[in-house]
Amino acid sequence: MMAEQQVQFKVLRYKQGQASPTFQTFNLTVNEDTTVLVALQDIRRDQDPTLILRHSCHHASCGTCGMKINGQEQLSCVVKALDLGTQTVMVEPLDNLPLISDLVVDMNGFYDRYTTPEMMYLRESEFLTEADLPEGIEKWLRFENCVECGCCVSACPIAGSDAEYLGPAALAAAWRVVAEPRESNPQEALEWVDNEHGCWRCHAAFECSEVCPSDVDPAGAIMSLRGELTRRKFRRLFGRR
Amino acid sequence: MEKFHALIIGGGGTGGALAHDLALRGLQVTLVERGEVTSGTTGRHHGLLHAGGRYAVKDKESAIECIEENLILKKTMPGSFEHNDGLFVALSDENVEYSHLFIESCEECGIPTKRLTREEALRLEPNLSPETKMAVQIPDASMDAMRLALRWFATAKHNGAQIKTYTEVISILKQGNTVTGARVTDHTSGQEYEIGADIVINAAGPWSGQIADMVGVEVPIKPSPGVMLAVRGRLCNMVINRLAPSGDGDIIVPQRGLSVVGTTSWVVEDPDNLGLPKDHVQKMYDEGGKLIPLVKEAPFRAAWAAARPLIGPRKAEADTGRELSRTFKCFDHIDEGVEGFVTITGGKATTARGMAEATADVVCQKLGIDASCRTREEICLPHTAYYD
Repeated sequence: MMAEQQVQFKVLRYKQGQASPTFQTFNLTVNEDTTVLVALQDIRRDQDPTLILRHSCHHASCGTCGMKINGQEQLSCVVKALDLGTQTVMVEPLDNLPLISDLVVDMNGFYDRYTTPEMMYLRESEFLTEADLPEGIEKWLRFENCVECGCCVSACPIAGSDAEYLGPAALAAAWRVVAEPRESNPQEALEWVDNEHGCWRCHAAFECSEVCPSDVDPAGAIMSLRGELTRRKFRRLFGRR
Repeated sequence: MEKFHALIIGGGGTGGALAHDLALRGLQVTLVERGEVTSGTTGRHHGLLHAGGRYAVKDKESAIECIEENLILKKTMPGSFEHNDGLFVALSDENVEYSHLFIESCEECGIPTKRLTREEALRLEPNLSPETKMAVQIPDASMDAMRLALRWFATAKHNGAQIKTYTEVISILKQGNTVTGARVTDHTSGQEYEIGADIVINAAGPWSGQIADMVGVEVPIKPSPGVMLAVRGRLCNMVINRLAPSGDGDIIVPQRGLSVVGTTSWVVEDPDNLGLPKDHVQKMYDEGGKLIPLVKEAPFRAAWAAARPLIGPRKAEADTGRELSRTFKCFDHIDEGVEGFVTITGGKATTARGMAEATADVVCQKLGIDASCRTREEICLPHTAYYD
């Protein structure tokens, strides 16, 4: 038996040319399986076809449906509306990324950060490493954990105040290059982050790791970058005498 | 020389691959999509790059398309696939018996196979069921459904194509019996405007029947959803299939830190209203758990439905959709007396590039353009290049 319940969705609406975004409330009957994403799609289908949002995979693997749900950055495809436990569910676009319309933000600036170093997309699998390699496969490679959703950038208090800050996602990607260089040069990645808008800018609020839906732990990565840079500096100063 | 202008309706894998193909052939291309790119079927698919084994026995045409495209995509989209291959696993004597027909059929379709003993299979995949009797290795792979297609969009954009997202077609423009463009709404601003074109291509997947209705032509499309389940944890390295005729819950695709179990098949009228039948989700646990018992205990991450655009009589009585071929078809609606309008539908993510090639051939032939396909060789830009 499905437990159905009516929930109010308070959605931030904005169309280009409008002075500022305003909230609009929709009432919708949901059940215990209804995700916030499916609820928004239902609203779009049955109540307002002009509501727009980003979505694609529906299982937390593409990263397009990041938004603020009751103030917290999350992937709406894996948040069930009734699990939130609130009669009203507040839905807003991500912060710190330019708003295009409704829940859609401009990801261009987010991806610009990945030009240096080149975003590494395949990692050596850390799962089932005891398993034999099949004939024809040189080594297990699987996709990186980061789904490029922007939740960490939205939650980061520095990203809001310093437009040049590389931000948690890009810094985490840089750390992945240092931790597992694959075909790229970790030295380049380290030089790229070693400045006042790079890994030293972080105030260690750890909000990024808190909201990351994919266990990337950007804050941990930033601390690791600092550690690595510090070690290298000490090595330069004392190590090679 | 004035360039011919092609308007593509639908920003899924097929539309993206078609924009890429036509841009390389020198056309001016505009693509409209009512949502984000890959927000319909493409993004929601299983994440399986087929080698064709799944179709080799009963649907050879699709199987051959799959293995051809598998090799082309691995070459033109390096870095977009996990390096993992696939296993078809026999759990019963019946499955072992089927393996002979399976391997034979794969060979006929040009799909390389390797027969593995129970022990070999379990060394490759320690989490497989203890009931495993033997397995066959074929070159399946995991892909990222959205980012693969983004590389077509990125490369098309780089070659001059305009990709207009959140732009919904509200009517089709016609002069007499010739389609001349579309009237659209830009949902970022609410503005309506017209886009004129020398040819309009309907690549709206399961929604292509609705677009065809606007023109007044028939497209035999059957939106056929399937349910998928993602659990936390990577329970296998390879793509795991049941070595048996296609059924429910017989594939497990590892993807990042998740394992995706799929799928089921039924038929709906409205691709915007799929629902998520509870018994289908349970079936994923039950059937997936037969292949890899840990599926049953793994923490839930997501369950969802995606609509396949299968070719079949549109309003026919309900069936499961399993019996419909996974191949694709390009319709030139001149057969119904309408000029300037082409529909591409059917198919699957693995064959999107091939679908685009066949459609671009039709488009060029209709417009009298002499240009051959380059998407078999052209290396695509990385997905990040889409966001420029």
